[in-house]
Amino acid sequence: MSGEERNDRASGNADAEKVDEKAAGEASDTSDDKADANESARPSEERNLGAAKSRTGTGGAVEQPAVDQSPVNVPAPTGEVRAVGVRHGMFGTSGTGDTSGYGGLVSAKVFPAPAQRPYGGWFDEVADALEARLHATGLTTAIESVVVHRGEITFHVRRDDLPFVAQMLRDDEALRFEFCSGVSGVHYPEDTGRELHAVYHLTSMTHNRRIRVEVTAPDSDPHVPSLVSVYPTLDWHERETYDMFGLVFDGHPALTRVLMPDDWPGHPQRKDYPLGGIPVEYKGGSIPPPDQRRSYN
Amino acid sequence: MSTDTSQQQDLYATPGETSQGRVFTVTGQDWDSIAQSIGESAEERVVVNMGPQHPSTHGVLRLILELEGETVTEARCGIGYLHTGIEKNMEYRSWVQGVTFCTRMDYLSPFYNEATYCLGVERLLDIEDDIPEKAQVMRVLLMELNRISSHLVAIATGGMEIGALTVMTIGFRERELVLDLFELITGLRMNHAFIRPGGVAQDLPPGALDEIRDFIALMKKRLPEYAALCNANPIFKGRLEGIGHLDLAGCLALGITGPVLRSTGYAWDLRKTQPYCGYEDYDFEVQTWDTCDSYGRFRIRLNEMSESLKIVEQCADRLAGLEGAPVMVGDRKIAWPSQLAIGSDGMGNSLDHIRHIMGESMEALIHHFKLVTEGFRVPAGQAYVPIESPRGELGAHVVSDGGTRPFRAHFRDPSFTNLQATSVMSEGGMVADVIVAIASIDPVMGGVDR
Repeated sequence: MSGEERNDRASGNADAEKVDEKAAGEASDTSDDKADANESARPSEERNLGAAKSRTGTGGAVEQPAVDQSPVNVPAPTGEVRAVGVRHGMFGTSGTGDTSGYGGLVSAKVFPAPAQRPYGGWFDEVADALEARLHATGLTTAIESVVVHRGEITFHVRRDDLPFVAQMLRDDEALRFEFCSGVSGVHYPEDTGRELHAVYHLTSMTHNRRIRVEVTAPDSDPHVPSLVSVYPTLDWHERETYDMFGLVFDGHPALTRVLMPDDWPGHPQRKDYPLGGIPVEYKGGSIPPPDQRRSYN
Repeated sequence: MSTDTSQQQDLYATPGETSQGRVFTVTGQDWDSIAQSIGESAEERVVVNMGPQHPSTHGVLRLILELEGETVTEARCGIGYLHTGIEKNMEYRSWVQGVTFCTRMDYLSPFYNEATYCLGVERLLDIEDDIPEKAQVMRVLLMELNRISSHLVAIATGGMEIGALTVMTIGFRERELVLDLFELITGLRMNHAFIRPGGVAQDLPPGALDEIRDFIALMKKRLPEYAALCNANPIFKGRLEGIGHLDLAGCLALGITGPVLRSTGYAWDLRKTQPYCGYEDYDFEVQTWDTCDSYGRFRIRLNEMSESLKIVEQCADRLAGLEGAPVMVGDRKIAWPSQLAIGSDGMGNSLDHIRHIMGESMEALIHHFKLVTEGFRVPAGQAYVPIESPRGELGAHVVSDGGTRPFRAHFRDPSFTNLQATSVMSEGGMVADVIVAIASIDPVMGGVDR
């Protein structure tokens, strides 16, 4: 084994362990803290992670290398790795017996890590302009992290500072993000403490640039400041996100459901809301609804 | 509910559901009795529910209009009647199957839904530069043909709603020609699921280029007919000019894109400003108008059809030189394993491929099985690749957690956003002008409600 390969393997394992420790730490946290309101909502497999880890860890077998160690798939060496849950086995099967022999495999769902300077291209200009304005107003902690992935830049903004940051993004001469494409909710049930994400896509028509702004809110406090006063187009978009995810946009002029009926119970696009459906019979066979079929995820 | 004026009981609105005012249930053929009883009460301020089942509201759109005489003082939209949970459903299907769902959202521009979703998935897969040239050209060809058919429907239904029935009949006549081309190329008139992550599903069938050339020649004769029929028609202009006014500041604040934005004179078209699918290689002009009104939007749509025809012509020329070129990415871990072919029981995997996997190669069979049942994995992350649909910026926010199914797919549909302009475009105008203003937005409720 060449030295370079060994280094790769070492760093890959170290990162994997870090993730495992983090996930395991969270799992033990929740099992200790019975008062945690989220505990019941957390999936059972995450709570069982500790058990799964000991199963795989104490096998005494030769340690297996990670499946894919190409540089692309190794998380960035610096910065905190953002894992939003774990995947069991190799084929995502559940409910039926996994005969593949990979059933005990536990791998973290890792999202792209925060980027370090320089981000490259005009990303730095935008980040510089934004940071300069934030420093001038004393809001240095507004930007939690910056992720550059696949040629797109994402600013993770602290939710309390969102209206101010959005106002600056729109009005500052060097930024000029005049156009907001809307807000899209994403529900990460395993991203503890920040389960609900609101993702805004902003366009600067002046500079022909596109950025993404992301804020998070915990399930226990699903509130995000409304941006309707900055971008009036978000009126219906925020209503839709409230409708589908239960994310409350404080300050919205009339936050009501927009797509679902007014008296609809629940918020359909949350991950804990079932898809629904009935089995379909076809030529004597019965096909279960999509969310109860065997899947490979 | 006024039992004296209407014999029919409204099953869905019981008397207890309204707190003030009298409610008249209008079912048609009963205008005399309605008018009589309104005359008795002599109320000036009337709230009218227009839709959701109304021929002039462009689909199942409900308009709640507050009127004083003929003047609209407040206009609100009720949407959601066509919500089908497509985004949620996509989370339970593989990445490739997602195309089959999202194509059904904005049913007048299915290729755009597929394209923006596939571009997002391809960006996450990091194969944007590996898409074969022929696939990109075919995407552009189909999208531009689709722009023509979509604009034809916009103009046709818009004309019908103001009583110009000839515009409707000739609009749908020409649209049928485009749908015939779609049927020839993809096998379906609508809901094609033809653009797939990594390329397109199928190569051009034999004879398609000739059909496309015939269509171009015919449309070059037919498009000027619309201009001759409408552009200087005093009744048409009288109904459209100055109606649905929205200036640039209003458009940007409300996030309006597409022909409505370009009718303010601002040449913002993502095909030019942020090119995708190789649009930088085509010669076309962005169409603008400077009147900010419905008439300008009509003229823009008319001109854009001519520009689209120019692009289609360039596509046809390029495709003629690309015969036999691949239409799917070379990576066998992503590309659908087989070409499609017509068999005795309809379209399906080609028999050569079936023979190969069933009789010749165990590995090919395993590969086919894995790709078809499990699908491919997409690296974790999120992407947003907007494109210029006939109605404006259409984008799919695609989120992956590294699995074989979309973790979340959210579509920023231009119809949904643009429909927010209903109030500002129609308040202060006449009831009849509400119809014209909404027709100039051209919302497609399948896209609005998803």
